[in-house]
Amino acid sequence: MTTILKLDNLSKAFGAVTVADAQCYEVQQGEALGVIGPNGAGKTSMFNLITGTLSPNSGTVEFAGQNVTGWSAARRSHAGIARSFQVPQPFVGMTVFENALIAATQSAGMRGRDAERFCLTVLDQTELLPKANVLAGSLTLLERKRLELTRALCAKPKLLLLDEIAGGLTEAECQSLVQTIRDIHASGVTIIWIEHVVHALLAVVDRLIVIDFGKKIAEGEPKAIMDSPAVKEIYLGIEADA
Amino acid sequence: MDWVNALVQGMLLGGLYALFAAGLSLIFGVMRLVNIAHGDLIILAAYLGLTVTTATGLHPLAALVIVVPTMALIGYALQRGLLNQTLGDDLLPPLLVTFGLSVILQNGLLEIYTADPQKINAGALETASIAVGGLQLGVLPVLTFAVAVAVIWGLQWTFYHTSLGRAFRAVSDNQDIAQLMGLNRRHIFGLAMALALGVTAIGGILLGIRTSFDPSIGGGRLIFGFEAVIIGGLGNLWGTLAGGVILGVAQTIGAKIDPGWQVLSGHLAFLLILAIRPNGLFPRISA
Repeated sequence: MTTILKLDNLSKAFGAVTVADAQCYEVQQGEALGVIGPNGAGKTSMFNLITGTLSPNSGTVEFAGQNVTGWSAARRSHAGIARSFQVPQPFVGMTVFENALIAATQSAGMRGRDAERFCLTVLDQTELLPKANVLAGSLTLLERKRLELTRALCAKPKLLLLDEIAGGLTEAECQSLVQTIRDIHASGVTIIWIEHVVHALLAVVDRLIVIDFGKKIAEGEPKAIMDSPAVKEIYLGIEADA
Repeated sequence: MDWVNALVQGMLLGGLYALFAAGLSLIFGVMRLVNIAHGDLIILAAYLGLTVTTATGLHPLAALVIVVPTMALIGYALQRGLLNQTLGDDLLPPLLVTFGLSVILQNGLLEIYTADPQKINAGALETASIAVGGLQLGVLPVLTFAVAVAVIWGLQWTFYHTSLGRAFRAVSDNQDIAQLMGLNRRHIFGLAMALALGVTAIGGILLGIRTSFDPSIGGGRLIFGFEAVIIGGLGNLWGTLAGGVILGVAQTIGAKIDPGWQVLSGHLAFLLILAIRPNGLFPRISA
């Protein structure tokens, strides 16, 4: 196994608020890593640090063997890091297809018919094909979440970061989304998934880390982590000895 | 027939104003930059055209082949070297910097070319005319209008049918997300300014053939450009053409009543439309 992502002592603070506190962990090629933690624990900030929209106060981010700490978000995107947002942020004035095409042409560097065909394949996979020519601004929540996923996939990522993509969906919607994500993982894409909908997360990930106050407090096999007293106390708000 | 003539002449003049305005509209649309130096850049293009035609003996329209890429290069360098540094949440820095740039350009042109009015010599093109249904139309104004329509169509096509256009729209829509999609915002902004100044170069040379110019008249062209953009509605390029036409017609009709009223009546038409339709006549459907 090769390491695709390595965070080394990564720290970031906004004044007195610490969003990343000496985070260290590695993600292996082809792995699916789940991230849980209370609201405000610094999970999304961690994604911002990995994608390059935030720069750390100290520590390094290594991606595919290269130190990318000083790289711009655009350069990291070219290198193969893609993400979806918790609150979907499509280009609202463009069609679903154009949203996908931006990622395929700019991030993945594809051209012409190849790019178009690839986008259609991904749209089919994410079940957005019937909406391809609709303005992204007119989509429903589930469709917007699927568009987030579509755009990230059209970038042909080596590492896919999913930020609470199952949040706010109905059970049936959630099930079909989980299936899509499993398929993506099966195709060889490394995934880091932040999620509060734990059963959806556990259906996909191989390993789990827990973050609180910007610190990694636990890491390991999903079942064991979920059952650990520390997680029950911090994450689920249950007293450790109750 | 005189009035019909004034109306048609005004429409054709509107083509020139649309060429002034298209660059402004594009820059504002892509990067929310209000370029106060735009008028002076038009005049810079006119002087470049003058220099190229006198130095090489080329016809001014042939000189476009040199002046358009030159202005585009200047635009890219200006954006990457200076204007990108001013862009952010605050609208004031780009306004101040482009205002400063306007002063520098005016005085630089004054230093190099003096304050004497100049004109680009286009030979027979200046006086040639064609008869259409009892009207005598100058070939130059007709050509200007046709070029304006072609340029606006070209920009519109670029925006909606090319990879570059999608990049422009994506950056305009959400800069942060566009960066995550692998778009280098600074480069895209540079390309937008290059395209805008390329269009400006066409407007500048056609202006220089049509009338005499000196380094101080940039401000007036900026106002005409702004008015055309606002009348047509921000972010709508065909609206910008319509805005230019309305401004041109108002000016020639005003001049027909009293020659001293030309500029004033253009401004009055602008104020009237601003009072009735503050968002312009054809605002882009808000995103």
